[in-house]
Amino acid sequence: MLKIEHLTKMFGGLAAVNDVSVNFDAHKINAIIGPNGAGKSTFFNLISGLHQPTSGKILFDGVDVTAMRCDHVAKLGVGRTFQTTNLFEQATVMDNLIVGHRLRTRSGLWDVLINSRRLQTEEKECRDKAREALDFVGLAHVENRFIADITQEERKRVAFALALATDPKIVLLDEPAAGVNPEETEGLTNLMRKMVKNGLTVCLIEHKMDMIMRMADKILVLDHGEKIAEGTPEQIKSNPVVIEAYLGSDDDAAA
Amino acid sequence: MFYKLGSLMMKPGAKLVLVALAILFPLVAKNEYQVYVMATAFIWAIAVYGLNIITGYCGQLNLAHGGFFAIGSYALGLLTADYGWNFWPAFVAAILISAFLGFLVGAVSLRLKEHYFAIFTLCVGFIIYLLLDKWEELTHGAIGVRDIAAPSGFGLVDFSETTPFYYLVLVFLVLAIWFMGKLSRSLLGRTFIAIRNGDELAESLGINLMRNKVLAFILSTTYAGLAGALYAGMIRFIGPEVANINHTFDMITYLLVGGIGTISGPLLGTMGIVWITQSLQFLEAYRMIIFGPLLVILVIFIPRGIVGSFLTWMHRKTQELGPAKRRQESKVTAATTTEAENNA
Amino acid sequence: MNLFFQQVINGLTLGSIYGLVALGLTLVYGILHIPNFAHGALYMVGAFMTYVLMIDVGAPYWTAMAGSAIIVATLGILLERLVFYPLRHSPPIHHKIAAIGVLLFLEASVQVFWGADFRRIVSPYHGILRFEGLIIPEQRLLIICGAMTLLIGLQYFLRKTMTGATIIAMAQNRDGAFLVGIDANRVAMMTFGISGALAAIAASLYAPINLVYPSMGNLVIMKAFVIIILGGMGSIPGAILGGMIIGFAEAFGGFYLASAYKDLISFGLLVVILSVRPQGLFTKGAH
Repeated sequence: MLKIEHLTKMFGGLAAVNDVSVNFDAHKINAIIGPNGAGKSTFFNLISGLHQPTSGKILFDGVDVTAMRCDHVAKLGVGRTFQTTNLFEQATVMDNLIVGHRLRTRSGLWDVLINSRRLQTEEKECRDKAREALDFVGLAHVENRFIADITQEERKRVAFALALATDPKIVLLDEPAAGVNPEETEGLTNLMRKMVKNGLTVCLIEHKMDMIMRMADKILVLDHGEKIAEGTPEQIKSNPVVIEAYLGSDDDAAA
Repeated sequence: MFYKLGSLMMKPGAKLVLVALAILFPLVAKNEYQVYVMATAFIWAIAVYGLNIITGYCGQLNLAHGGFFAIGSYALGLLTADYGWNFWPAFVAAILISAFLGFLVGAVSLRLKEHYFAIFTLCVGFIIYLLLDKWEELTHGAIGVRDIAAPSGFGLVDFSETTPFYYLVLVFLVLAIWFMGKLSRSLLGRTFIAIRNGDELAESLGINLMRNKVLAFILSTTYAGLAGALYAGMIRFIGPEVANINHTFDMITYLLVGGIGTISGPLLGTMGIVWITQSLQFLEAYRMIIFGPLLVILVIFIPRGIVGSFLTWMHRKTQELGPAKRRQESKVTAATTTEAENNA
Repeated sequence: MNLFFQQVINGLTLGSIYGLVALGLTLVYGILHIPNFAHGALYMVGAFMTYVLMIDVGAPYWTAMAGSAIIVATLGILLERLVFYPLRHSPPIHHKIAAIGVLLFLEASVQVFWGADFRRIVSPYHGILRFEGLIIPEQRLLIICGAMTLLIGLQYFLRKTMTGATIIAMAQNRDGAFLVGIDANRVAMMTFGISGALAAIAASLYAPINLVYPSMGNLVIMKAFVIIILGGMGSIPGAILGGMIIGFAEAFGGFYLASAYKDLISFGLLVVILSVRPQGLFTKGAH
């Protein structure tokens, strides 16, 4: 589904991502791990179109999206969450989610001026989609609460719902379980499995090793912007290069 | 209880009451000067609504807003005084010119991120002032433009009188607020808000940043130009002073006090401050000494202004009282219904 | 030839002043990512403090300038503690609005105390030097030399002292700096302090050949912003180089073209350059 070929991104003289090639299959949970500064978020930014690669190719479902602008990539079906959830705190969960389906609508200024049928239909569509996504992540009951009033874990789920509302084929989750306790992490893991079961492909960046080992179908390991290993959890666990670069650290293994 | 009062204020009927009060105002005002002040406040409120679109909803601090107000004023003034146009065609032209210039400036400046945009618009605002002050062949320079036409009442009304002009401005104000309400609840408005929350997230949601930012900018300059044109038509004389950056700073203050990114904030902020400064005329020299720290305090402690804080408070109270109300209601029902219904 | 030389001197003078002001601005921006719109007001307060110290207290020029630098440095530190530190977690738009609030407050306060009239500072260096047929006003030479000295002193401070090193470290890599245990608060206060002192000195150097009035900072600050965008936000050489470019452009442009439009030169440059390169001329990446 997502084919990365020799992807490189230079910032000045520094290679944030260096000649990375990997294939991510559909309907699987793909994980990207690596020490801090390994270039993982930059990697996501390149795929989703926030940065332009210096060289290399990105093929999404056969379409060359290498030089494509971020909003076009989103329209093709790439959903995304960020490490910091930029939700509007002084508005309700529903209010935040409605815009998630916006990219599938066509209403513009004229529709607002004349309050067109199209605007009304599309707004209902967006609202329904938002509700559906919220329900999927199990938060239908907080629909009318302010973002400021829900827990950190709930906010992460709302961010998931926002990405889901765009009707994506693949979701890129950047550290979805950061700042979340083990019990809640389990909940998020189940949610990701549910997404895959419903036809999505999941790609996530994470630091929590046992979470990754338990649920990933494929793992890509980056270090200093380069790919140092790729494979199933079993393969990665016993890969000496990975162990040396990363898994040797006690803090991460305990997470 | 405050909550009851608050929920009353949020009902649609409350808006009609406000409009009715505004209509009755000239009849209860002490003198014509008060009507004049109110009309001026309305004009500035319209401009602040424009600022609310680009800065409040879309999150881009536009420091050239006052400059576009000035462009509207000068467009109307020059077309009627120098080229003999009638007010209404000139009025439409002034709005179109503001919108078009907004498009040009927006297309260039909105590619800039965050701080650069603010700095750039600061300079644009200043360039507008410089041009109005120095380009004498076009703008009469420091002398300003005199004998600007008043709106033509087509023989029915004399708009050179204060009270009729007041009603004219009121009509535009109501229209401005009406559109603002429509916009904020629409998908387009939500798109602007998403951009304010973060460029990257908005783009990842499939939103075309430039197209939407420029649209917000054009809408805001249209509001500013419209307000400026009305201003010129009311005062009938304008000078380069109207492009002074202080007007932009004033509008930012009105917006922040009232409530940035809200529907009634701009009106409340403008009305409140204009009338307070009017009644405290003797403090005129100290105006900015008060506004300055006021802005700092607002931004640190009450960033959403009066209306914003009110809305948050109302929402939280509703959430609190919600379950309690439901419990109370079910107690009443239980006492008066059969056991079958109790068990259901 | 003489006229040309005059313009060169003028260019160097203007460039020095703009450079010093831009330097203070770029230090604050580079380290704290705050475009300090109130910087022009600090500049103006610097001039007024020198004026007050000379006229009311009777201090000599240099002492007054030093006193003014200390006062405005303190003002800068207060600004950081009372306004920007509480806003450190707020969205950037709030920083800008707060800076505007401070600007309004300072300008209005000065106006209330001293009125809007223009005032003169008479420096002890109002003579003229003649050198091989060329004429150099003393004050201008002082400005140029003073700016150069300050620049060298600042570079030395930043490169060779521990304190200076912490400032550079924070500018280059905030997170890294925290990890190494650098006290962000101290760095922030120092940066604002230095920035204020630079503004005050620039204003005090320039005031004798100009005038002192409450809105004197407005034009200067806008040009300073143009300079740091052109020269690169956070770049010290960029601020000086950019200052010189603008200074010379204005000196020669104002002389050979219409003087009324000379203020437009810097803004025109900004519009042209940002239209072509939205990230500025010398930016490395993000900001």
